[in-house]
Amino acid sequence: MIPAATPLLSVQGLKVHYAVRQGWRGKHFAVRAVDGVDLTLRAGECLGLVGESGCGKSSIAQALLGLVPATAGVIRLDGHEITGAAQVSAMALARSAQMVFQDPMSSLNPRQTIREILSAPLRLHGMTDRAEREARVAEMLGLVGMSPEVASRYPHEFSGGQRQRLCIARALILRPKLVICDEPVSALDVSIRAQIINLLLDLKDKLGLALLLISHDLGVVEHMSDRIAVMYLGRIVEEGGWREIFTAPSHPYTRALISAIPDPLHRDRVPARLGGEIPSPMAPPEGCAFNPRCPQALPQCQSGQVPDFTRLGADHQARCHLLKTGTSHA
Amino acid sequence: MKAGANLYVGGGIILLIFLLAVFAPLIAPYDPVTSANLMYAEEPPGAQFWLGTDEQGRDIFSRIAYGARISLFIGLAVQVMNTAIGVSLGLSAGYIGGWWDEIVQGLTNLMLSIPTIVFALALMAILGPGLPSLLIALGMTDWAYSCRISRAQVLTQKSLNYVQSARTMGFGPLHVMFRELLPNISGPLIVVATMGVGSAIMAEASLSFLGLGVVPPNPSWGGMLSSAREQLMVAPWVAVFPGLALFAAVLGFNLLGDGLRDLLDPHGKGRK
Repeated sequence: MIPAATPLLSVQGLKVHYAVRQGWRGKHFAVRAVDGVDLTLRAGECLGLVGESGCGKSSIAQALLGLVPATAGVIRLDGHEITGAAQVSAMALARSAQMVFQDPMSSLNPRQTIREILSAPLRLHGMTDRAEREARVAEMLGLVGMSPEVASRYPHEFSGGQRQRLCIARALILRPKLVICDEPVSALDVSIRAQIINLLLDLKDKLGLALLLISHDLGVVEHMSDRIAVMYLGRIVEEGGWREIFTAPSHPYTRALISAIPDPLHRDRVPARLGGEIPSPMAPPEGCAFNPRCPQALPQCQSGQVPDFTRLGADHQARCHLLKTGTSHA
Repeated sequence: MKAGANLYVGGGIILLIFLLAVFAPLIAPYDPVTSANLMYAEEPPGAQFWLGTDEQGRDIFSRIAYGARISLFIGLAVQVMNTAIGVSLGLSAGYIGGWWDEIVQGLTNLMLSIPTIVFALALMAILGPGLPSLLIALGMTDWAYSCRISRAQVLTQKSLNYVQSARTMGFGPLHVMFRELLPNISGPLIVVATMGVGSAIMAEASLSFLGLGVVPPNPSWGGMLSSAREQLMVAPWVAVFPGLALFAAVLGFNLLGDGLRDLLDPHGKGRK
């Protein structure tokens, strides 16, 4: 695949570490929530970021939005730099990237009307004309399939699905180029999920949005993403295009995740379940972080460095010792 | 007592005292200070003097009416100051966290470990008696509870996504604290602030009783109690009626606070 001129979002060597103190005046530990992640995302594309809870996917989102400082690495978004000395202002970042949160129930301030929630950011970003703000609010409500009359109501008057639509409207109100969706449908009823997923896909095509879809649910990711990155314990273990990931998953972790998607046509097939839990990012295992749970772990997986990426195709790479034999290094 | 009853009884008492204070010049039959006349000293309650007279022959009802002005003004002003200090500190400590949180928490624990009245006494001793020093002494010493409550409320609210969302929109910490968080934590704070008015009135009375509050001969309930102390055996009404007024005011504010709690509690049935 030939990359378009410049990607909208490029992340290089991103690290997000949190300092944790154990006990009063105890030793400081670094929780390596994100430990060297590279990502690129082009306009109009949806990148699915998959992983178990605790693997650091939400920390990436927060670092992209400037909510937590990046410990190391470079994030470039829409020509701005989010990290380092030449850091862009929070205001400019807000106009480039927005977020849709998992829980629509707590995402809207219960004491503000929808109009206040949607128009306050516009006023903050310099839209002083009231009529102009009203028009933008109505436009965004229409875009997410709600009538402009709902603007005078309070959040508690809406159902979960409607609230998520309102959250999407708010995320779009400043016309950002990147929308980060952190588990956008996992708090919703199954019957509502498809509506919200299709709404997000429609908006992506209509507005040329880039979506960063964060999810543990491969079913949702399969439906929405153009490209997929699989994360395990702060690192990306496999990334590639939709076809490569779902037809030729190469990392044992990806294979385990994909086999866990319920398949109605082969109900007798027993999924290869993973035992154990994700290790603590405060004390990651030596070698490949996945080795304690990997069904195919080799002796060299249990010590030394994390395996490098092995390039498997034009747009497909994975970090696993099993892939090294006979394939060239990335 | 039913949930609504607290609100109405408390509100009714406060309204009565408030009207008494506002219309004191119209209601009070005598001047609270200049009507001193030893001819009528320590008259029992009767038709001429509704609640009797004190040792200088001043009408007790008139003095209570004028005293209500001082008590209400100090109670409300002090509580506004305390709440403003407590909420600002608690809100910022909870939201910002880190070293600022440690400092505010240390300060709060310090304030809680010293009885408010002792702290206020010490301040009054330094500043001298009078209304301005009374406001400073009481208005800066009783903010620990509103600070604690606002901090605890902020801690439960600040991880909610609407706060995160406001931050991603580019709103600064002042907007997030006072426009997003404050309206969502105001319920318990209103209750605490209302009940605090009662204790502020009580604290003012205590300081005046000890001679450090409102300067005599200006009428204040605490001061009236203080001067009535010596005639408690011969003329009990001199002490009883200011005491009852004080009791009613504190009870009124506490009932009002209780009623507001029932009304504002999101889990209560009062809210639709």
